[in-house]
Amino acid sequence: MSAPARRAITWAAPLAAIALAATACSSTKNRSATTTGTVASTIAVQAGDKTCDVAKTELPAGRHTFEVHNTGAQVTEVYLYAAGDRVLGEVENVGPATKRNLIVELAAGSYQLACKPGMAGDGIRTTLAVSGQAVAAASTDPRLTAAVHSYRDYVEHETAELVDATTDLTAAVKAGDVQRARSLYPTARLHYERIEPIAESFGELDPLIDMRAEDVTAAEPFVGFHRLEQNLYQKNGISKSGSVADALLANTKKLQGVVAKVSITPLTMANGSKSLLDEVAKSKVTGEEERYSRIDLLDFAGNVQGSKYAYTALRPVLAERRPELVATLDKRFSTLLALLDSHRSAPGQKGYVTGSPYVAYNALGQDEIRALAVEVDSISEPLGTISSVVSDT
Amino acid sequence: MSPVGISRRRMIGLLGAGAAAGAGAATGVTLAAGDAHGSHATQARGWPVSFYGEHQAGIVTPAQDRLHFAAFDVNTTSRPELLALLKSWTAAAAAMCAGHDVGSGAVTGDPAAPPDDTGEALGLAAAGLTLTIGFGTSLFRTAEGRDRFGLASRRPAQFADLPSFPGDALDPRRSGGDLCVQACADDPQVAVHAIRNLARIARGSAAIRYSQLGFGRTSSTSTSQQTPRNLMGFKDGTANLKAEEAAEMDKQVWVQPGDGPSWMVGGSYLVSRRIRMLIEPWDSTPLTEQERVIGRLKGSGAPLGGKAEFEAIDLTATDESGAPVVDEKAHVRLAHPTSNGGAALLRRGYSFVDGTDALGRLDAGLFFLAYQRDPRSQFVRINSSLAGNGNDALNEYIQHVGSGLFAIPPGVEAGGWVGQTLFG
Repeated sequence: MSAPARRAITWAAPLAAIALAATACSSTKNRSATTTGTVASTIAVQAGDKTCDVAKTELPAGRHTFEVHNTGAQVTEVYLYAAGDRVLGEVENVGPATKRNLIVELAAGSYQLACKPGMAGDGIRTTLAVSGQAVAAASTDPRLTAAVHSYRDYVEHETAELVDATTDLTAAVKAGDVQRARSLYPTARLHYERIEPIAESFGELDPLIDMRAEDVTAAEPFVGFHRLEQNLYQKNGISKSGSVADALLANTKKLQGVVAKVSITPLTMANGSKSLLDEVAKSKVTGEEERYSRIDLLDFAGNVQGSKYAYTALRPVLAERRPELVATLDKRFSTLLALLDSHRSAPGQKGYVTGSPYVAYNALGQDEIRALAVEVDSISEPLGTISSVVSDT
Repeated sequence: MSPVGISRRRMIGLLGAGAAAGAGAATGVTLAAGDAHGSHATQARGWPVSFYGEHQAGIVTPAQDRLHFAAFDVNTTSRPELLALLKSWTAAAAAMCAGHDVGSGAVTGDPAAPPDDTGEALGLAAAGLTLTIGFGTSLFRTAEGRDRFGLASRRPAQFADLPSFPGDALDPRRSGGDLCVQACADDPQVAVHAIRNLARIARGSAAIRYSQLGFGRTSSTSTSQQTPRNLMGFKDGTANLKAEEAAEMDKQVWVQPGDGPSWMVGGSYLVSRRIRMLIEPWDSTPLTEQERVIGRLKGSGAPLGGKAEFEAIDLTATDESGAPVVDEKAHVRLAHPTSNGGAALLRRGYSFVDGTDALGRLDAGLFFLAYQRDPRSQFVRINSSLAGNGNDALNEYIQHVGSGLFAIPPGVEAGGWVGQTLFG
């Protein structure tokens, strides 16, 4: 779990928001007019130190470009929220007297636009009412429609598996069965990690499920998977963990409910595929995520598998448009997965952790960790470009 | 990958005339291409140094103020992939040295894709950036004896692995490398930007094994430059080879026809040594002892017994008691060409301070870089005189903790690529 607000852009928006630097490229592409074929409109936003004037608050469904002009003296940022402050898009670090574009595709509904002068607080909010039907966007290519369906099935399947595994884990915790709980914990984590960016797009739910010890604040005590992990592996006491487990289970069920309604597009899949690799680079290969159980490589594998699934679903279209990119990605994914496979373990073998097919993170040598990091970076570069390939419909 | 990005250099010259960015880029290319070959030594500060020429830039180019040196491990075993990397590096390096962005630029490409250029050099001058690319011995044959790219038979005799020297404490993680890139510039951000972008381009084919930031050039490589001081407080590089000494360059730095395989003619060999200085003991050493150890006066840089910096060292002089004026173990004596059969090096090192170590001591020293025609008779010869407890008095205060040996192939003309003479 990390910076849920920032990461949310890639998943929650019906189409990813793209912050464009409006300077220095006036003659270059204005993609809002060319990428989806939907009706585009430009709405001026005057973001002052105490004001936030939005030129138009009743909008037709479709793709909109909010042209943010910082008229104040402070650096500002502008967010577009759906109900429950789900972040659909943002532009940050807009300096005084500069302009930036916030591009989002909005379905019918109610939204809020918030200017945050000084980049702090809840912001100055304006409600936007969006009505009507957007012109069918992105998925005109039947292969992309199929890709989205396939990926939705995967996400729903993984979420269901997550709920099932967490149900078993909760039962074991409440029965006080440490060994059984330890054997079940890794499976639940695997299913969560495969869909991590989607879960993170629900900014209120994610910390309750996946927060780490350092995320604790006075208002937010340590709960969720990692609290259980700490009790199971480090403090070795789960006699009082029943309520934490119950709450975790309830939150995974809530996640299952909201995931069923989340909008998935080829672009969110592409961005999510990259985001999963970023997760690996940030918290898995560094051994931060599973610091008590040391099953970091299982989370690593979960992220990579989730990433590869999204990529594979998009692959037919990518292969047609950028065959050399697909050749590179096919090769690098298989290299990384083979490297992961070389770190498998089994009961009685070196570095075995109950319930995980991989060796414990602390059984890896520095050179082995480095080799994994190199392969992750190798995939991230080409994977970062697939969003631009699938967004050209 | 043509340099279509914004020309940073022209942006500086055209402040306020933003609309001329496109025209500026075109002009920048013309000017850069107009830099005469082999004129690396005569560039004004801040201006672009052409990547192209008979020799690679960054060797006799007047030493810039900042360094980012990177050694890479090649991960691919495919020769075509390695060649593709060298071609991509050449294109990106030529663009960056001319003051352009990489590829389609930092803000001028497809906004739905990650920018080709990372962007932190936008608006900065070319800052005299040079990128010098070389091949490590392990590219020709790994420590395990593998010849991954069919190069073993093309390895010059001069390019023999360095022997181990007494007192070496080499960290394998800071030593070796299949490829190296030496980025030098007068602006640290320009140097870092260059390495960062080349590392990005390399992903999937090669990965950084280690890199080193350096500041405060510790050698002058041109008579036009003042002699700088290293972290020991002494002037360093007074007796260095200078670019203006063309005959010495051909004798000591550039590989000549007949030396070995023709692919290295016009190239040079680079030895890198990460030399840790034991700063705290040095700082608490009396001045006369510091000067005895080095063999020069700390203030003027004059050799002991002399008055001016550039005065020739009299290694035979004795004082009234008959003792040599320049100590038998003084650094300058043992490193001097007369102590080493005439061997000299083109030194191009930089100071480094990488914060502090676990004991709270400065992790500081000299990132020694030296170019030469034959490492066996130059670096190895000289360092054999210096290394070990009974030799250079300076060894009490320094330790070699990293080492690299690289073949720097000759320069390329526009349209060519680095390594073409070896792989082409």
